Amino acid sequence: MEVTQQLKPKDYRSDIPPVWCAGCGDYGVLASLTTAFSANHASTANTVLVSGIGCSSRLPYFVTTFGMHTCHGRAVPIATGIKLARPELKVIVVGGDGDNFSIGGGHLPHVARKNIDITLIVMDNSIYGLTKNQVSPTSRAGMVTSTTPHGSPDVPLNPIAYALVYGATFVAQSFSSNARLTADLIGQAMNHKGFAFINVISPCPTFNKVDTFEYYKPLLRNIDEIHADKGDKVKALSLAMTMGRESATVPIGLFYQEKRPSYVELLSGIKTRNKGTNNPDLEKIIDVFKL
Amino acid sequence: MGKDIIIRVGGEGGEGVISAGDMLAKASARAGLEVLTFKTFPAEIKGGYAMYQFRVSAEEILSHGDTFNIVVVLNAEAYEINKGLLKPGNVLVYDGPDGGIDPKPVEGVVQYAIPMTKISKVDLASPISKNMVALGAVVQLFSFPMDSLVELVRNKFRKKGEEIVNINLKALEAGAEYVRSNIKKTDKFTVHPKKPEGDAILLSGNEAIGLGALVAGCEFFSCYPITPATEIAIWLAKHLPKTNGVVVQAEDEIASLGHVIGASYAGAKAMTGTSGPGLDLMTELLGFASMAELPLVIADVQRGGPSTGLPTKSEQSDLFLAARGGHGDFPRIVLATATIEDCFYLTVDAFNLAEKYQMPVIILSDGSLAFRTEKIKRPDLAKLNIINREVYSGNGEFKRYEVTDSGISAVSLPGHPGGQYIATGLEHSETAAPKYSPDYHAMMTEKRFRKIENIEDEYAASEYDGNGDEDIGIISWGLTQCSVREAVKRCRDKGLKVSALYPKLVFPVPVKAIRKFASSVKKVLMPEVNYQGQFAELVRAHAGINPIRYDIYGGLPFTPEQIEAKIKEVI
Ligand SMILES: Cc1ncc(C[n+]2csc(CCOP(=O)(O)OP(=O)(O)O)c2C)c(N)n1
Ligand code: SF4
Repeated sequence: MEVTQQLKPKDYRSDIPPVWCAGCGDYGVLASLTTAFSANHASTANTVLVSGIGCSSRLPYFVTTFGMHTCHGRAVPIATGIKLARPELKVIVVGGDGDNFSIGGGHLPHVARKNIDITLIVMDNSIYGLTKNQVSPTSRAGMVTSTTPHGSPDVPLNPIAYALVYGATFVAQSFSSNARLTADLIGQAMNHKGFAFINVISPCPTFNKVDTFEYYKPLLRNIDEIHADKGDKVKALSLAMTMGRESATVPIGLFYQEKRPSYVELLSGIKTRNKGTNNPDLEKIIDVFKL
Repeated sequence: MGKDIIIRVGGEGGEGVISAGDMLAKASARAGLEVLTFKTFPAEIKGGYAMYQFRVSAEEILSHGDTFNIVVVLNAEAYEINKGLLKPGNVLVYDGPDGGIDPKPVEGVVQYAIPMTKISKVDLASPISKNMVALGAVVQLFSFPMDSLVELVRNKFRKKGEEIVNINLKALEAGAEYVRSNIKKTDKFTVHPKKPEGDAILLSGNEAIGLGALVAGCEFFSCYPITPATEIAIWLAKHLPKTNGVVVQAEDEIASLGHVIGASYAGAKAMTGTSGPGLDLMTELLGFASMAELPLVIADVQRGGPSTGLPTKSEQSDLFLAARGGHGDFPRIVLATATIEDCFYLTVDAFNLAEKYQMPVIILSDGSLAFRTEKIKRPDLAKLNIINREVYSGNGEFKRYEVTDSGISAVSLPGHPGGQYIATGLEHSETAAPKYSPDYHAMMTEKRFRKIENIEDEYAASEYDGNGDEDIGIISWGLTQCSVREAVKRCRDKGLKVSALYPKLVFPVPVKAIRKFASSVKKVLMPEVNYQGQFAELVRAHAGINPIRYDIYGGLPFTPEQIEAKIKEVI
């Protein structure tokens, strides 16, 4: 039987110690996640954490829930399969910006537009950590990395704008060391029916010497102060477009939330309309092929 | 009727050749005849040459046959393509004299001109019913059961309204009437319906895979459309919701296998269907599923490759990919289907093997089988054995990847307190914690492979047909088996000593059966539809025998005649 009393955040931590560098932003995300689990009475048996590959994707090992550490870029479709097969489970994807915007980038539009009921937490360090200092889709233009020694020629991708345009029904941004906001947003995302996206800026002090904690701290701004109507997608998008990471302020908080039937709800409707049953009359189905 | 008749209908894609053929096949099956169909159609949506061939017989049919006895050509292109194949004893039915076809007489070939275009365009003022005129003529010429056809035409067009039903019925009758009043039958082909058996069903290879999955307990199917596999999804999308199952169309094949992996982790029996290019994309996750020890089924309906290759033609050339594709060392099971019955039963087996061994199982079907329809005995569900994975229900220290003698360890499903673990693609300890030491990688690699060490003894992997002392033995896989069966029968009728081994399991290679078989014959012949002799290559490597290869690679399956000729050549 599951313990019914509320678990403390530390009860969600496994005995496998994190392999992250000292000072890595991912520690903050892990702490916020366990806080959110505790606050929302998450069941370790009914929660599944799914990740791809990267420093950030190691996270499921450090937590006592069910989990999957899969292939680079593929956490989102795998999490989708879990949720569609077992809608009662809470399914959360954690991973890096390379994982989710580059190699797995093709999956993002679809999980968002289909409104699959999972939460995606991107630990965005604007660099490839695990493979040691290569340019990432969110690296700023001109950034010097091991594969862009002359400065990156790429224009960076705007995660919030992307998520909004693809049709995500919950879009938020947070900052790793802002534990209270991050935990709060994760809790809201877990309770949101549909696809919830949180971009957590999570500095990599080892390789990314530009987008550091110190760089961000003075720029962060609570979005609630300037953006109250969370259903206003155009406003959310214009904030995402104009207050980017290289501009004077970086808004954090909930950008957008929308109520739209989730994929699980739609599937359940299809089953009902087809008189779905766990005890089907197989002979009747075979009759389809009768001469 | 002789033993059987093979009728080919050729015309323009989109002209109704396939639907007319389907109705004729169904009417024949209803009349108690055995039927087996074979279709080829262009990759284009409209235009191009479409061919529908079907074989009817009062007796069991083993393959699609050598060539046709009767060819019905609906346009000049179809005539041009088929005229060189006409042989004495054949019948040519053509759209003439106004249909633009003006055949030259061929010695011994009976020719019937039916003004299909004129009847449909002028008499009926309905040019689209040319196929029905042709169908009516064929029915009358060879004594197919007309009542049954009328009913099928009614059913097919009912949704489109009474008017459309009537136009089609009128066209059918006009074709028949033309034959009655104008044609003097001089050929010897007539079908003789038997008493229908009550328990037969008629379905295509892709439908049989879908039905097999549903019956095996498939709860989740995700795919990305690709010819010739799409009908598996189309069928399941319609019927799986009745069993509370889920069908998803993913954004690509990587995502579809990802969906399946997630569903399997969550405890569902899950499957995807694809063809070669899709299986290519899936190989990374295939390795993950094997490493994480997740049961799942992939149906790969082969087409000619590489690259976009021959999208609507068949080839047996994905075997290397299925058996060997992917990086690193990992086990998987590959089954190959030869008939519609196989498509059904091997799909059930695939789910059972996946659950038992907790690993991916790939079913290799192919384009010819995908679209072929055949009458089979209705499956007896009470006789099907359904296997479920070993599930951990304890609450002690759970070792997901426990090293056992069988290599199989219990899996826990989300929702079970005490069963928490991380399914992982990283090398790991028995409790799924990352471990990369040489000892662990060796131990776990052996554990994973140990699961299928004895699969040949645990699963009826191949069928043997012989008596242990033959001049030549044939090993074949997949669709080729059909033509081999017919060729073997013909050779034996002629007094040749031939035996055959028909593996269902193609990977791991059923080594014991193959070695035993090879030692019972003087020579081993291996025909396959690919350039590299892919199965022969695996057999050589695994069983240590050196077969004579016979490879064809034109996008068409073997005919029994080709196999028979080769047997005679090498015996
Ligand atoms: C198919 C494939 N390609 C490349 C890699 C190598 N790889 C591992 S992690 C990674 C990038 C990680 O960056 P990110 O997703 O941003 O995560 P971080 O380590 O920064 O947290 C790459 C390229 C891989 N594991 N698999
Ligand atoms: S390399 Fe960067 S992202 Fe990876 S653990 Fe170290 S600090 Fe964190």
